Amino acid sequence: MYTEKLTIYKRQFGAVWDVFRSNSLGMIGVIMLAVFLIMAVIGNFFTPYQTSGVGTLAEILNPPSWAHPFGTDDVGRDVLSQVLKGAGISLLVGVLAAAISVGIGAVVGLLSGYYGGIRGTILVRFIDIFLIIPALPLIIILAALLGSSIWNIIFVIGILGWPGTARIARSQTLVIRELPYTLRARSLGASEHHIISRHVLPGILPLLFANTVLVIGSAILSEATISFLGLGDPTQLSWGTMLNFAFSRGALFAGAYWYVIPPGVCIALIVLAFTCLGYALDEVLNPRLRKS
Amino acid sequence: MGLMQYAARRVVPAIITLFAVILLNFLLFHAMPGNPFDLLLRDPRMPPGMRTEMAHAYGLDAPLEVQFLYYIQNIFSGNLGISLVYKVPVTMLVSERLVNTLILVTPATILSIVIGTVVGTLAGWKRGGKFESGALLSSLFVYSLPAFWLGMVFIMFFAVMMGWFPASGITSYGMENVGLLAYLSDLGAHLFLPTIVLTLVLLGQYALIMRSSVVDVLAQDYILTAKAKGFKETKIIRDHVFKNALLPLVTLIGLNIGLIVGGAIQTETVFSYPGIGRLIYESIATRDYSVLEGAFLAISVSVIVANLVTDLFYAYLDPRVRH
Repeated sequence: MYTEKLTIYKRQFGAVWDVFRSNSLGMIGVIMLAVFLIMAVIGNFFTPYQTSGVGTLAEILNPPSWAHPFGTDDVGRDVLSQVLKGAGISLLVGVLAAAISVGIGAVVGLLSGYYGGIRGTILVRFIDIFLIIPALPLIIILAALLGSSIWNIIFVIGILGWPGTARIARSQTLVIRELPYTLRARSLGASEHHIISRHVLPGILPLLFANTVLVIGSAILSEATISFLGLGDPTQLSWGTMLNFAFSRGALFAGAYWYVIPPGVCIALIVLAFTCLGYALDEVLNPRLRKS
Repeated sequence: MGLMQYAARRVVPAIITLFAVILLNFLLFHAMPGNPFDLLLRDPRMPPGMRTEMAHAYGLDAPLEVQFLYYIQNIFSGNLGISLVYKVPVTMLVSERLVNTLILVTPATILSIVIGTVVGTLAGWKRGGKFESGALLSSLFVYSLPAFWLGMVFIMFFAVMMGWFPASGITSYGMENVGLLAYLSDLGAHLFLPTIVLTLVLLGQYALIMRSSVVDVLAQDYILTAKAKGFKETKIIRDHVFKNALLPLVTLIGLNIGLIVGGAIQTETVFSYPGIGRLIYESIATRDYSVLEGAFLAISVSVIVANLVTDLFYAYLDPRVRH
């Protein structure tokens, strides 16, 4: 029984993978993501130099050299080591915050779509309100209110990032609720719990999966932004925090491109990796978009 | 349903959202640590009973729900309190900065929509070609760019290294007395880089939605009919594809106004541009809560109004949604 199921899953995964592999955008995303994962592992166990402490006066804002391929920062620390360390922080924040967002969004969206009447209407209003309220000012205010530990930042980004997911979960639930197999289950007297967990949830999972990947990307971008604004965790040297230091300590006017370019390119590329991947997964998993 | 009736129905949710924002604002800033009294009462000359006396004078000893009613009353009479740092009414400060933000955001939004629409339409029309994959990848790339970083790079290369544009601010010092033309050219020089940055980070989303929307429309039967009738390609794009593909774009503009706000906050901060986004950044650093509160309210109200306008514009373009 178990092995039988496993073979079915394997075959299903194989079919999806075959479609996915021919999607060049998705492959670009996978390759870039693999590079960042390797960076994160390296940064966690081995960096060429210490990322804490300060260097000597002669080491301040040195341009790239053999000893420091990305040069040094405003207190004489190696930039490359910091860039390597930043990958892990970005991935950690992105994945955990997205897990919170997608969890809330899926539950709110599914319930609002499944239940009509007053309960559904209240939930829809709730989604609409949070969809309209601009997220970044609210993230900034909450981050300032809660204080800047990395866990607070994950919490704030996660708890404000769900309305988009809720909208997707809701519209997909509305479709599945009216499909023949759901109607059949209902007329056979299946419980709400059974219908939701066996019919509706599996139906919205593929789209939620593609959506999660996109949410990870935007969560990483949010972390970079609030860290840049000086609300990041000062003990965690993320790419956004690096750029905050570069900006507030005159790297721009010193022309220290080696300190400004690498962290920003990393943020842009890691977000791009998740965006490409999410886009490709959406094309593969969403039957409406699939090229026939 | 007529457009007016539809408008009346859409106004109700907008008002509900407005009240939700006001409530959120009230609760959020009540939870903020510290208050101005602590600051004032640090003075050893203050008599011991001063705290309760002041709390009574400001109505802060009233129950929370009564305070909320005062709060609503104050908001609707345009009283957002006094800035703890600038010592001027918040309404004055916020409205001044809001105008500056609109000067920056309006051209950037229009530019990004126009460029994004054109690129997206061409990409969808030339499906499967090199242009499409190039346009798709570069749209995704600019969409992924952090606005603050793009601003930093532009400042470093075009302002510091090349010296082509000023690096920060909205005008140079002493520009009040130089005559209109010199003033405007100075303003334009200051606005150039931030506008380009904001345009670039915003246009990706419009190009992406326009491309997929065009692809959807091209699969419709009426396009085949138009082709069968022997219409010219340009006429089909202009009259059949473009107009129909525009509808999802209008929805997206309404939904993603929050992204424009986010981009404006980052761009203004990097360029030290005296807009409302920069005001938020400053008032967090100086713990100027009353300004922060007013700025957040002003931004939320602008977004709610803009959202309502796009909603009605959509209903005007597509009479089907009114039913």
